[in-house]
Amino acid sequence: MATATAHHENSNYLNHEKGLWSWLTTLDHKRIGLLYFITVALFFLVGGIFALLIRTELYSVGETIMTAEQYARVMTYHGAVMVFLVIIPGIPAFLGNFFLPIQIGAKDVAFPRLNLLSWYCLLLGAGIALTSLFFGGADTGWTFYTPYSIKHSPAVICMALGVFVAGFSSILTGLNFVVTTHKLRAPGMTMNRIPLFVWALYSTAIIQVLATPVLGITVLLLAAENIFGIGFFDPALGGDPVLFQHFFWFYSHPAVYIMILPAFGVISELITTFARKTIFGYTAIAYSSLAIAAVSFFVWGHHMFVSGQSEFAGIVFSFLTMLVGVPTAIKLFNWMATLYKGSINLSAPMLYALGFMFLFTIGGVTGIFLATIATDVHFHDTYFVVAHFHYVMVGGTLMSIMGRDLLLVPENVWSSLQRCLGTCFIRVHLRWLQRHVLSAVYSWIAGHAPSLLRLPA
Amino acid sequence: MSTVKSSSTGHHHAHHYESADHEYQSSKQGVWLFLCTEILMFGGLFVGYAIFHHLFPETFKVGSKFTDVRYGATNTVVLLASSLSMALGIYYNQMRDKKKAVMALLFTLLCGVIFMVIKYLEYSHKIHLGLMPGDWYRGNPEELAHYVGGLEIPKNLPLYFSFYFMMTGLHGIHVLVGMGLITWVTIRTARGEFGPEYYTPVEGVGLFWHLVDLVWIYLFPLLYLVS
Repeated sequence: MATATAHHENSNYLNHEKGLWSWLTTLDHKRIGLLYFITVALFFLVGGIFALLIRTELYSVGETIMTAEQYARVMTYHGAVMVFLVIIPGIPAFLGNFFLPIQIGAKDVAFPRLNLLSWYCLLLGAGIALTSLFFGGADTGWTFYTPYSIKHSPAVICMALGVFVAGFSSILTGLNFVVTTHKLRAPGMTMNRIPLFVWALYSTAIIQVLATPVLGITVLLLAAENIFGIGFFDPALGGDPVLFQHFFWFYSHPAVYIMILPAFGVISELITTFARKTIFGYTAIAYSSLAIAAVSFFVWGHHMFVSGQSEFAGIVFSFLTMLVGVPTAIKLFNWMATLYKGSINLSAPMLYALGFMFLFTIGGVTGIFLATIATDVHFHDTYFVVAHFHYVMVGGTLMSIMGRDLLLVPENVWSSLQRCLGTCFIRVHLRWLQRHVLSAVYSWIAGHAPSLLRLPA
Repeated sequence: MSTVKSSSTGHHHAHHYESADHEYQSSKQGVWLFLCTEILMFGGLFVGYAIFHHLFPETFKVGSKFTDVRYGATNTVVLLASSLSMALGIYYNQMRDKKKAVMALLFTLLCGVIFMVIKYLEYSHKIHLGLMPGDWYRGNPEELAHYVGGLEIPKNLPLYFSFYFMMTGLHGIHVLVGMGLITWVTIRTARGEFGPEYYTPVEGVGLFWHLVDLVWIYLFPLLYLVS
């Protein structure tokens, strides 16, 4: 009896069941969170290898290790893997699954079976998408722009269907989190008391539920376009390639908030933990997440300033895009106010959080450049956009994932990290700041020849 | 995931819910959210329809002449009837009237079968005329002109049939999925698993079936009656 009790006391979610099968069939939200962590880390490695191949190719002028066609493929897979398989599930499906029920005092998420199903959807989707490599690989870029992507390519069909299936994973996770947040809060845990990370996940989940289905129908139509030539996006039948861009960005712009909103939630926690103060402006930060989620649905046209949309539409989208800066700045100022007179502990996770604030601000401010029509016409399709995006995604989301993950490992691991982290930030800057400055300066000098800076096709 | 046994029925609600009702309310919210995603997914097609109908009204007018309003109207009535019987299936489950519930659900299933059979007849007719989406279109303009009483056949008529097959195809897949789900709840009803305290799956499947019905209510005028 005594041993049984002892065994019970040491029993936790990691050891109460053993074996691979117990993991593959688990309904425990913490275990599913860890399954996501392993999966996402693996895809991060895959996407990272593609990134390294890109960097290696760009090491010298001309052909270094691959042809232009191969380069286009490598770039497509880097983008698609990092966006759909790493950054989107990265925080919600891993950290969210792990912490959401704990933070609101629930025993599990609302639908545990659906939760496990969503993990399998991600795996299946990834499998289908990566099958396209056996068909020579897709070379359309991760945005699959028509009409280039509707040339009856089996690789694009695989990618489209893979994204469709992986989309289910995102929808089901979002649906689960919305219901969990609404219905499973512990008594007394009112919406105005839930942790800010939960607010961020909740806002993200709303976008996941409302935007992902539109991507679903978009990639489904893309696949049908490749199989049947249905002509929605094909001018030969009166279709419109730009319609694809509207459909695609109607999801994919809100999707960048799926990528960054959870990171905001993480930073709210890291800052308040390591400044040893309660958060400044809880309500403002909470509602700014919702505000970003709401505005995110009305800004997609800023990807299309040079795609032939009307000038009036451009102006409206430009204005709405800048509007996103308001709730975002509210967050940053509240974090700074939290730091003010805080007893700041510069441990490794905090360095990541502070690094986030610097890097994300650069990403955010360059976003204003891109939201301004006059400058965007020059910056469109240049490294400036690439740098903006990577400042936000690497400097923002990835930094917050790293910082938060460190809290999951023993503290003595951090201290050794602390020393090398400074150089890490410098490296991020070296890689992306040069793109910003160089492309901006070149654009200035070259005036009407921004094509000099265009990305390789 | 352990379960907690409800006092009066055989149903066990999951351990992370306080009560069977708590579980029921949460599940229902989940189903409604899922229906939102369905509406947004079909929304993409409806937006596309609105744009291209605005650009090429003639194409849609001529295209719709190839549909048979009698088939479409029959299918509308069939689906409306099935929605009624689905609702009755839920009601009789709530009343613990197993026999009537099974009958109602089987009738719903039968309506689904009738709908798909009519769909099959319509599809065969169009495929026979070569009226396929996009690249697969094999229509002979003269033969087709004769069919619609000498109207000129627009060049991008395949676009209409792209919409026709994408919209009714996606809807048809939903009907099939719905029929699968109804079969599942019918079997569970027959086993006596539902009662006034627990009928969540029937209710969820019912909501889904009503949405499928509702989508058709929009597809019918857009594709059949547009001329």
